[in-house]
Amino acid sequence: MNKKKTRILVVDDEEIVRESLCAWLQEDGYSVEVAPNGGVAIERMKSEPWAILLVDLKMPGIDGLQVLEEARKLQPDAFVIIMTAYATVDTAVKAIKIGAYDYLVKPLRPEELSSMLERLIAQQELMRENLLLKKALKRQYSFQNFLSKSKKVQDVFDVAKAAADSASTILVLGESGTGKELLARAIHEESPRRTGPFVAVSCAALTESLLESELFGHEKGAFTGAASQKRGKFEQAQGGTLFLDEIGDISPKLQVDLLRALEERRFYRVGGSEPIDVDVRIIAATNRDLKKAIDEGTFRDDLYYRLNVIAITLPPLRERKEDIPMLVEHFVEQLCVETGKRIEGVSTETMDFLVGYDWPGNVRELKNVLERAAVLVKGPIIEPDDLGLPVTGASDTEGSTESLREMERRHILKVLNEQSWNVTRSAQALGIDRVTLYHKIKKYDLRE
Amino acid sequence: MGSVSYVYLQWIGHGGPEEGMLEDVKDHTQSVFRVPARIAEAKEGPADAFDPVRGQYSSTKILRWVLRDVPADAGKIVAITDNDLFIPVLTFVFGEAQLGGKGAVVSTARLRLDFNGHPSPPRLFRARLLKECMHELGHTFGLTHCISSRCVMSRANTVRDVDGKDWSLCRDCKRLLVELQRRQDN
Repeated sequence: MNKKKTRILVVDDEEIVRESLCAWLQEDGYSVEVAPNGGVAIERMKSEPWAILLVDLKMPGIDGLQVLEEARKLQPDAFVIIMTAYATVDTAVKAIKIGAYDYLVKPLRPEELSSMLERLIAQQELMRENLLLKKALKRQYSFQNFLSKSKKVQDVFDVAKAAADSASTILVLGESGTGKELLARAIHEESPRRTGPFVAVSCAALTESLLESELFGHEKGAFTGAASQKRGKFEQAQGGTLFLDEIGDISPKLQVDLLRALEERRFYRVGGSEPIDVDVRIIAATNRDLKKAIDEGTFRDDLYYRLNVIAITLPPLRERKEDIPMLVEHFVEQLCVETGKRIEGVSTETMDFLVGYDWPGNVRELKNVLERAAVLVKGPIIEPDDLGLPVTGASDTEGSTESLREMERRHILKVLNEQSWNVTRSAQALGIDRVTLYHKIKKYDLRE
Repeated sequence: MGSVSYVYLQWIGHGGPEEGMLEDVKDHTQSVFRVPARIAEAKEGPADAFDPVRGQYSSTKILRWVLRDVPADAGKIVAITDNDLFIPVLTFVFGEAQLGGKGAVVSTARLRLDFNGHPSPPRLFRARLLKECMHELGHTFGLTHCISSRCVMSRANTVRDVDGKDWSLCRDCKRLLVELQRRQDN
């Protein structure tokens, strides 16, 4: 262990304690500094990293427990040891609950302090190694920001990596929330076009005329309200990648326009007469069954074949449950950074539930559920009650013969009722987008 | 040529030092650190270092007191006392030193006893005292604890640890000492 790199801050209002403990620790080779009160300690924590804080419990003004609370926020990786000459069970319990590594009653035998510090540093080194190992594992199981260790998704990664190097159009299929846009971005980042822009368009979110203008741009005066010339997404994506999400939802007219643009590699702005050459890689995505749409006459087969040069199907989360623990850990880590909360993870019971749940909204729903839990959780561990999901219902249905379709219908209806049929809020709770929710309401003929 | 500075050894106990004890420490100091050593006039330690609640003496207060009155030609000073020493966080210490500084203090009180608190043979006690004096003096030269348990600079929390040490510095600490002494001379 490298003691010189281990930075210790001794916080005590008594000069003799600071001086003597500092000297004792320096003899061991630690890099030690002192703070005469809680306020100075907090300032030092704001400006420098510390591995260990030895903090006296009773100090005038900001006491040891307050320093500990601040340390948890400012330097969550630092180990805090509370020292006191007047031990009480209550304060010891409180200190450990807040997150103290240990609670020492002065005076200690020298070998106790020595061995505790060595144990603590060994633990920190283990944590560091763990972190490096986790990072290495993430690299092994990731394609850019897309994480998975399931065989099915690893196969997807292999195809996606090969496809990234080519200029071919890619069609990404998969249920809502499976990460189609994330995969498209990953392909872009892996491709020779990575220095160019990545532009995403949700085709289902706009009306036909708005989408046309959004994709191809328009000339000034092309239609009422076109006060100035506008570059469309095709032009914005020049030299990069254009991601067309929910491609199965575009109108017949736009299907023709899009097909022409793809075949000729050029297009016209709305109201324009000059052709614009375009150099973009198209990645299209949909959660709809395009072959069925062709059979029904709502989707052009020539456009389908033009888009379907390389098809990649993302499996739903229920078919890659081995990924759930890793995804949970990844999202919890992300949420800690975003919210500033110190969440260590989920309880075994919570993880069992998360793995057992069917996730109709897929990874997006999992992420949303954890986001909600991160807001509600009181302690460092997320418990089943924090999830806001029908925990008992999920285990009840495990052995039932109810079809997945019926379960989904029932769950969506329940959420809609809970959210007073507010589609935006219900879609958020389900982890799917509004368009998908509208489709589901129509599909299941749900009524208020 | 710069003036010679000495390592001073000073008795500050209640009773007198045993015969030949300080001379032994002096000879060892000269041999291990290759610096001239002298024995300073004995004094009685500071009364205010005594803590009546603990029945022990604050090593930090004694060290401060020792450093107030140091001979002009003293490069370092090691005070030896028969008082039991403590620092507030710990039940006791064998000694205390200023890392890379001028002063150190060593107590004979616990070195006289074995692990169970019974008196140890005089020769064993003398060996322990020499080791702990070299140890604290090593700190004043800037040496920190050595990971080799045989080296005199290894951390000793019990008399067993002291007994397990050699009398001198390990090869690595010797090399480091030469480097530190060279830097101090410059």
